[in-house]
Amino acid sequence: MLRVCWKGARAAARCGKVPAHPLQHCRRYTTAGDSGSSAGKIVAAGLLTVGGGVGGTILYAKWDPKFRAGVEKSVPYSDQVFETVLGPPAPPAAAALKRPGKIEPLQISSVSEALKESKQPKAKASRPDPAPVEAAAPAEEAPAPAQTLQAEVSHHEPVLTERPAEEVSARLEQQDQAEQHVLTALTAGLEESLGSSAKITLQAIGAQEAALTAITAHTDQLREAMDAQTPPDEKSAQWKALTEALSERTRAVDEAGDALLKAKGELEKLREVINGAKQRKIASARPQILAAEENLHSMIVDLDKVVTKVQTAQSEAKVVSQYSELVNEAKAQFQQELANITPEIQANWKGLSGKLSADDLNSLIAHAHRRIDQLNRELAEQRVREQIHIETALEQQKLEDQRALERAVASALEHSREDIRIQQEKKLQEVREVLEAEMRTQLRRQAAAHTDHLRDVLKVQEQELREEAHEVLSSKMMEQETHYRRLTQEQLDTFTLDMNAAYARLKGIEEAIDSHVTAEDEARKAHQLWLSVEALNYTLKSAGADSPTEPLEGAVLAIKETCAENEFAQALATAIPEESLSRGVYSEASLRARFYDIRRLARRVALIDETRNSLYQYFLSYLQSVLLFEREQEAPPAKLAAEDLDTFKLLAYATYSIERGDLELAAKFINQLRGESQRVAQDWLKEARLTLETKQVISLLSAYANAVGLGTTQAP
Amino acid sequence: MSEKEIGRKWDRCLADCAIKVGTGLGLGIVFSVVFFKRRTSPIAFGTGLGLGMAYSNCQNDFKSHYVLHSNVAKEQ
Repeated sequence: MLRVCWKGARAAARCGKVPAHPLQHCRRYTTAGDSGSSAGKIVAAGLLTVGGGVGGTILYAKWDPKFRAGVEKSVPYSDQVFETVLGPPAPPAAAALKRPGKIEPLQISSVSEALKESKQPKAKASRPDPAPVEAAAPAEEAPAPAQTLQAEVSHHEPVLTERPAEEVSARLEQQDQAEQHVLTALTAGLEESLGSSAKITLQAIGAQEAALTAITAHTDQLREAMDAQTPPDEKSAQWKALTEALSERTRAVDEAGDALLKAKGELEKLREVINGAKQRKIASARPQILAAEENLHSMIVDLDKVVTKVQTAQSEAKVVSQYSELVNEAKAQFQQELANITPEIQANWKGLSGKLSADDLNSLIAHAHRRIDQLNRELAEQRVREQIHIETALEQQKLEDQRALERAVASALEHSREDIRIQQEKKLQEVREVLEAEMRTQLRRQAAAHTDHLRDVLKVQEQELREEAHEVLSSKMMEQETHYRRLTQEQLDTFTLDMNAAYARLKGIEEAIDSHVTAEDEARKAHQLWLSVEALNYTLKSAGADSPTEPLEGAVLAIKETCAENEFAQALATAIPEESLSRGVYSEASLRARFYDIRRLARRVALIDETRNSLYQYFLSYLQSVLLFEREQEAPPAKLAAEDLDTFKLLAYATYSIERGDLELAAKFINQLRGESQRVAQDWLKEARLTLETKQVISLLSAYANAVGLGTTQAP
Repeated sequence: MSEKEIGRKWDRCLADCAIKVGTGLGLGIVFSVVFFKRRTSPIAFGTGLGLGMAYSNCQNDFKSHYVLHSNVAKEQ
């Protein structure tokens, strides 16, 4: 859409630049653009409408479930859409029915709350159940509350739970109090209603009796008037009295009727109250209820009796009135006829006797004769029909009697039933009282026994509990003690462990320190040894050209001191020859120098040994030494053979060795000299030995000192 | 010093020889003069005697080391 507009704009721009024949193109573009934009607009508008419709439908379905149901029915797959968008449809409202039914049981619940307050939730739950039933039959108010209460009772019986004694007693007290209240209210109400109803009933009865008397009086008077045996002047009085009596009767009857209605109303109220009282089911009110019922019954009975009396009187009066009516009718007819015949005569024919003329009298007599004939005929007919009439009348009477009988029987039956019921209730009440008394005594006995038993059981339980408590206490104490002991032991152990560890560590540290100390000591000693050995070495150097060294004693003593506990060093130190200690040793150089003297001398006395040792031999050996030419130095072989043991050879080897600095080898060779040469070289050999020994020992010592010095760097 | 022993010995020997020879000569001279009427034989004799003694001494001195000495155990 935007691109279309853009293209259109560009095309328009292009059109603006090149107005020649691409105008058609432009136009086409613009029209296309226009149509495209309008089509787009149409599409957009359509989408918007559809979307709006769908959204509106969904919103309205959310608000009105009926509409939703309708849409779901009509449009397929809309229920799925609704479910995805709105969720499942709301559940149907079942509570609507319950509302009208709730009002009725509320009257009763206000009364029963005092007794059944704990069962209220269940009651409320159960009440709606009979309520719809009630709603179906709202006419019967009285039995319906009883039904609901019965339903309540039946519902509540299985839900009884044990409650603590105090609560129960409190509740019982409460209940008793409530009962008392209700009872007093009931009795008050009953008495009130009884009193009022009694009053009104008495009034009604009085009224009825008055009516009865009025009716009887009226009937008597009417009969009397009908009999017409009285003189005419009294007749008017009679008729006046009659009318008075009639009015009196009607009034009385009306009054009686009103009173009866009132009484009936009051009795109904009383009945209602009694029923209400009965429904509350308070036992103590029953005698009163019974008494009230009795009273009610008696009142009803009396009222009915009186009513029947009145009715009979009324029926009699009706008969009489009918008769009087007939008579009046006949009289009226007669009068009419008379009036027809004698129109001038006034209607009131009582005061008519003196004012009539002869014609009138004749016509009157003729009419009377005619009437008499007629009447005779009628009488004859009537006599004929008498039987039939009598029979029919009898039949009617029978029927009426039967009906009356039935009515009477029914009422009597009802009365007797009521009586019996009341008697039964009375008896029931008596029996109940007796039983209650007995039950109370039994309960008292049981309570006493229970208290005794409880006392015993409590004693025993107390003992047991005490023992148990003791046991538990002792066990706990033991436990605690053992625990405590264990803890202390643990503590001790840990402490000991710690101490041991610390001690061990301390020991270790001490050992380490000691070892360090010893090591250092050793090191020091080694150092000292080394120093002393070095000193010894140095003293060796103090040898002059021909004088021996200083006596090594001091240095050796120093060594001995420094390594007092070192056996090796001690041994070595002691291994140093005494001479070197006391006198010192000659240096190698001096020995070397001396060696040449020895050599010369040994050469000169080479021939001299124990066999040849005269002066002549001396001379010969000297001669030999002068005349023998040989190399001064000769490398000694690795092994000495027998011929090598010649003096000169030996001396040559020794010279070679000593020139190479190997004093030891030279000494070895010199040691092989025999004879006088040996004697001559003895001292030198000794010195050489000394020097060599000392040097050896010193070199050992120094090596040892070095080794020890090196070794002390390591842990021992 | 064992090597000086020989020298010493020789010194002793020579000294002894000189003494003995001198003494022998002297005595010889004396004897010759005194007893033997200036013959030279006692001088020669005395010198020879002296020389011989010296020689023998010298030899003994030099041999002394090699001569075995024995000890006779005293009989109890």
